[in-house]
Amino acid sequence: MAILLNRDTRVIVQGFTGKIGSFHAEDMKRYGTNVVGGVTPGKGGQTHLGLPVFNTVKGAVRETAADASIIFVPPPFAADSIMEAADAGIKFCVCITDGIPSQDMIRVKRYMRRYRYQDRLRLIGPNCAGIISPGQALMGIMPGSIYLPGRVGIVGRSGTLGYEAASQMKAVGIGVSTSVGIGGDPINGSSFRDILELFEKDDDTDAVVMIGEIGGPQEAEAALWARDNMKKPLIAYIAGLSAPKGKRMGHAGAIISAFGESAQEKVEILRDAGVAIVPTPSAFGQVVAAVMAERAKAA
Amino acid sequence: MDIHEYQAKELLSRYSVHVPRGRLAYSPEQAAYRASEIGGDKWVVKAQIHSGARGKAGGIKLCGSDDEISAAAEAMLGRKLVTHQTGPRGKLVSRLYVEEAVDILQEIYLAFVLDRKSERVMIVASASGGMEIEEIAESEPDSIIRATVDPGAGMQDFQAREIAFGLGLENAMIGKATETLLGCYRVFRDYDASMLEINPLVVTRDGNLVALDAKMSFDENALFRRPEISELRDKSQEDPRETFASDRGLSYVGLDGNIGCIINGAGLAMATMDMIKIAGGEPANFLDIGGGASPERVAKSFRAVLGDKKVEAILVNIFAGINRCDWVAEGVIKAIREVGVPVPLVVRLAGTNVDEGKRILAESGEAIVVADTLAEAAEKTVAAWRSVTMNKPG
Repeated sequence: MAILLNRDTRVIVQGFTGKIGSFHAEDMKRYGTNVVGGVTPGKGGQTHLGLPVFNTVKGAVRETAADASIIFVPPPFAADSIMEAADAGIKFCVCITDGIPSQDMIRVKRYMRRYRYQDRLRLIGPNCAGIISPGQALMGIMPGSIYLPGRVGIVGRSGTLGYEAASQMKAVGIGVSTSVGIGGDPINGSSFRDILELFEKDDDTDAVVMIGEIGGPQEAEAALWARDNMKKPLIAYIAGLSAPKGKRMGHAGAIISAFGESAQEKVEILRDAGVAIVPTPSAFGQVVAAVMAERAKAA
Repeated sequence: MDIHEYQAKELLSRYSVHVPRGRLAYSPEQAAYRASEIGGDKWVVKAQIHSGARGKAGGIKLCGSDDEISAAAEAMLGRKLVTHQTGPRGKLVSRLYVEEAVDILQEIYLAFVLDRKSERVMIVASASGGMEIEEIAESEPDSIIRATVDPGAGMQDFQAREIAFGLGLENAMIGKATETLLGCYRVFRDYDASMLEINPLVVTRDGNLVALDAKMSFDENALFRRPEISELRDKSQEDPRETFASDRGLSYVGLDGNIGCIINGAGLAMATMDMIKIAGGEPANFLDIGGGASPERVAKSFRAVLGDKKVEAILVNIFAGINRCDWVAEGVIKAIREVGVPVPLVVRLAGTNVDEGKRILAESGEAIVVADTLAEAAEKTVAAWRSVTMNKPG
């Protein structure tokens, strides 16, 4: 079944008629994603890429029964778009936008708690590459061709480093159930732990690769959760071994500012929790293959 | 984005946070004149650089006369101060802040930060001010008070009172502390700050609560709506390599090694730098050229990387997702011909149309070493760098 996204998910695009939104909407359709329409305030009633355009997310949900949305809205307006999706009853939202102010994300996270858990929007991102369930559907900006359909889940902060992992796995014949990019911002929608919980429950995922980086508490939290709750093998890589303290490495969240946030410290915490470590970024294929071979032998 | 102490104090004083009387000076004469404007008989001359720990580096001097002020100003102006926060290159002192000296009864540590765990603004305070927070956390962890602010409701009076009482302040000071804490929260919120540190916040002998130092940083993602903060940027305090790159929309961080890096994506960039280190080299920079590796961006990236004279080899690593490798390869060759690359160059392409991209690189006639994998790219770059340094005279 994969997690969060499959071929039946009904997707709308927020920021649909813009250049970036249009480009990726077409790409997603080509991959097989069930895109049912889009939202651009002021352009409601028009048709774009053969699909209906709506002024509001509520309008789009009413007419198309969409249950998911992907956001390509510029940073000053993106937080508002996420809250609009949450209020319209969208259950799953991917925000690609890079550059949303932190205080806007604090407000978004607070706003989402207005809804009961079962009615609440699940957000992926912002500042992420999106999500792909290979062979089924794509909600994001990743190149579909580098993912082989299969039974290993991937969750990571970075887009291109995730591509690197997936293509190394493809080269050794290992496929992916779903790959999720949670994004490089300090305050984001879903955490590593949130996604690990979903993979642990997914019948079509046998093992999970987690691609973390310096900064923030999420990798350590995920390690402790996995130690106590995960039966499936977890394999992890942490980027930023060569990063100095106090320097922000591109991602707003990739900055070592507290104890336990350096790559070395995170690797130690993960190793102590029994997680298989990918020692270098060129060893994804090799380590995942070894873990899967061991699992097959044990079964 | 960081600002100077005097700028932070100006913002804070608009929000009812008390600061000592002070004036800005650009020369020794002006510093002495500023002191006479302020009045009194004791002043502090403070070097304005984007760094803490200035005292130990000779950037803060207590003075009792015009001559002492002039001498202190002369010693600081035009000098590069090196603190443990500036790195070995240090930061240039081009302005001074002259302040009235304050009679200190008690020192408090106070900071407002974005807490990633609670996803809220967090207040951190301790009665053991004057020390750095890391030292306080180590030596007196129990003295640290933490509180978070509900973004829906904002900071409440009772929260400020709890902190004030928690700091052991006397009853007469509680009202002033509450006003200070709420003012700090409002300035943090209104200007999209990412960090505000007042260390120390002092209780004076005459019963006031005064911010003796102030450090503020701002969320760069929010600068579009804070033009008054953008105006406070002081490029002389930045690494010139980083200023060059950021003015051209590139995400660049200068480091101390010799291998220049041009990579798409922040995570892949960090991973590639790690591979260089594992292969025995040291990266000269972090550089994420972003999603679309257009020829213009590649050319700008080469200029930024080569602006660092320590660079002795360059590694380009592009994982083409949305774009195609053949197009990236053409961009790389165009950039090399336009910019001129006088050091060994290793290029690794992956993703869409990779074979076509590699063919274009190989047939270009340019001296480009092509690599297939990340490990191979790092090893070839380090080997090329070693052969350069071995052949260097002397």
